[in-house]
Amino acid sequence: MSAVLQNLVNQPYKHGFVTDIESEVADKGLSEDTIRLISAKKNEPGWLLEFRLKAFRHWLTMTEPEWANVKYPKIDFQAISYYAAPRPKAKLKSMEEVDPELLRTFEKLGVPMHERAALAGVAVDVIFDSVSVTTTYKAKLAEVGIIFGSISEAVQTHPDLVRQYLGSVVPSADNYYAALNSAVFTDGSFCFIPKGVKCPMDLSTYFRINTQDTGQFERTLIVAEEGASVSYLEGCTAPQFDTNQLHAAVVELVALDNADIKYSTVQNWYAGDENGIGGIYNFVTKRGLCRGVNSRISWTQVETGSAITWKYPSCILLGDNSVGEFYSVAVTNHHQQADTGTKMIHIGKNTRSTIVSKGISAGQSSNSYRGLVKVMPGALGARNYSQCDSMLVGVKCSANTFPYIQVRNPTAQVEHEASTSKIGEDQMFYFAQRGIGAEEAVSMIINGFCKDVFQQLPMEFAVEATKLLGFKLEGSVG
Amino acid sequence: MIIPNSPALLEVRGLCASVNAVDILKDLNFSVKRGEVHAIMGPNGSGKSTFAKVLAGHTAYQVTGGEVLFDGKNLLALAPEQRARAGVFLAFQYPIEIPGVGNSQFLRLAYNTVQAERGQEELDPLEFDDLVREKMKLLEMSPEFLQRSVNEGFSGGEKKRNEILQMALLEPSLAILDETDSGLDIDALRVVSQGVNHLANKDNAIVLVTHYQRLLNYIVPDYVHVMSAGRIIRTGGKELALELEERGYDWIENEAEAAGAVA
Repeated sequence: MSAVLQNLVNQPYKHGFVTDIESEVADKGLSEDTIRLISAKKNEPGWLLEFRLKAFRHWLTMTEPEWANVKYPKIDFQAISYYAAPRPKAKLKSMEEVDPELLRTFEKLGVPMHERAALAGVAVDVIFDSVSVTTTYKAKLAEVGIIFGSISEAVQTHPDLVRQYLGSVVPSADNYYAALNSAVFTDGSFCFIPKGVKCPMDLSTYFRINTQDTGQFERTLIVAEEGASVSYLEGCTAPQFDTNQLHAAVVELVALDNADIKYSTVQNWYAGDENGIGGIYNFVTKRGLCRGVNSRISWTQVETGSAITWKYPSCILLGDNSVGEFYSVAVTNHHQQADTGTKMIHIGKNTRSTIVSKGISAGQSSNSYRGLVKVMPGALGARNYSQCDSMLVGVKCSANTFPYIQVRNPTAQVEHEASTSKIGEDQMFYFAQRGIGAEEAVSMIINGFCKDVFQQLPMEFAVEATKLLGFKLEGSVG
Repeated sequence: MIIPNSPALLEVRGLCASVNAVDILKDLNFSVKRGEVHAIMGPNGSGKSTFAKVLAGHTAYQVTGGEVLFDGKNLLALAPEQRARAGVFLAFQYPIEIPGVGNSQFLRLAYNTVQAERGQEELDPLEFDDLVREKMKLLEMSPEFLQRSVNEGFSGGEKKRNEILQMALLEPSLAILDETDSGLDIDALRVVSQGVNHLANKDNAIVLVTHYQRLLNYIVPDYVHVMSAGRIIRTGGKELALELEERGYDWIENEAEAAGAVA
């Protein structure tokens, strides 16, 4: 039966192709000049150039972190091109104006953008190699005062808002990759939900790395004012390349009083081949600040891709009664490595957090959950519940759980549950004895294992995630 | 029921099997015709459950000799799921729990897989729900079982009912019930037995693997076989079970040994 599982997990990457759009690519290498070039290309105000340069100067003094449970060769930051843009064209007002080659790309990905937008009512801010190509539904969102678009555009149209919040949750000196991102980010999304507005639709961005050897440095900033709420979807796929690509994004969320932000990710970057050659290094800093009372930030992630995943979507629970949530499924196969989890920092009174993490390892992969629950002295009555489950598929993979718990208030309640299970021979035999083949059996078991997390995903994402796990694990059980 | 001239459904000839290089089945011979109910009895460790699992194709067991014909075809050449689709059903002694997988979803997938194999209509969730609820009445099961994960948190008796429910849905031509009576209280035993009796007909056959005569008061076998040290050492009618209940297994084993010594 082992062979069947092997085949299941070993399906080739389905999204491996390069779109032939002429790119304007900066020379490789990183210096203050590179940063000035990026800033000038984007016609940025002086304060933003200063923000970048300050981050860069700090980055030069930092050393690459090595504490994560992942192994990879040293990255040569001078061998990366820090800017690639599709040839400048006039701003697009409708889908018809979009490069048909680009539309075909999305269709190959199974994300026919126009259909998606029309049928699902999703506004898609398409990020294609760092520059926002088109934004749909902007007008409709503008009616209720929502600003949703590329962050470069927002820098031009709403500089004060961007300046107020950029770096307020993830400071430019926060960590090595966040500093790098702050110095060289080229684009990303900006979303602002004003006071009292419930965003009438899910907001969605599809990211895609398209130019070989181009590092991606996305910067996303979402602000929900008092009583506002928004659900944001981020989905990723990347084409197949042999050289490793660095992806160091920063996502910042700010929730004011009674605001609610739900951030969902399906990540399927190219993971490398079955021998561990190639694949994306996904080193991401995601953090949400529950600044106001009764605010809520919820992260849901389905991580199936990348050669290395290193990310800890976190919540700082500053406002009293604020709520942080983290729901995660991380799947690794072949030689993939994942070190992912969350940080819940309880500062305000009666703050609550929930962590549900499901790790699935197959092949020779390594899958680690790393999480911090920190209760500060002022966090009276803080509560946390953590559940970390690992599932092993085969005998050559590994799963680890590294929970860090720091409690400095005696009224806090912190619970941690962990389990490790295997897709066992007896389970597979039970399915087989009822006529059900190995592929379907594995898919059913895995989906059952991940149910608590999938339930948190918006409908169409849940369907996508289920399919994704199916073909990710095809051939690995047995 | 014994039907004259009924075709053989299962023919086991000289079957040898081992697990972890330990021989368990040693030259086992066994034959079942459509319409018949067989009971296989025997002391602990005699190989009864191993025999059941080998027939179903459990991957932990290696067949080291002999042959098994099912409907005249080589059963041992088929993968476990192909055997199931061909009509071999095993009600497990210890049905495994599958957390997170909904029972109704599981049952429907199993049902539709077997239906497709037989060239019969597959059912959508609503149609299947009607069917499964009907079958559950037979086993006096509450519909609430459909919402739960497969066998998760089920009591011993509930798990056994769930097994017979699957038998009712899949309508196998050969049903092997591995100690289905163990862990059942008297009421549950009655319900499960009624279910099995209801499903028995002239086209299928049932093999009961059991320790105790008790079950055979409810499901009356046409033949009783005694298994010892990996082979069948005595075959008789239903009265053999009563004799075993009274006298234990030693006397048969002693007789078989003596016969073996003479031979």
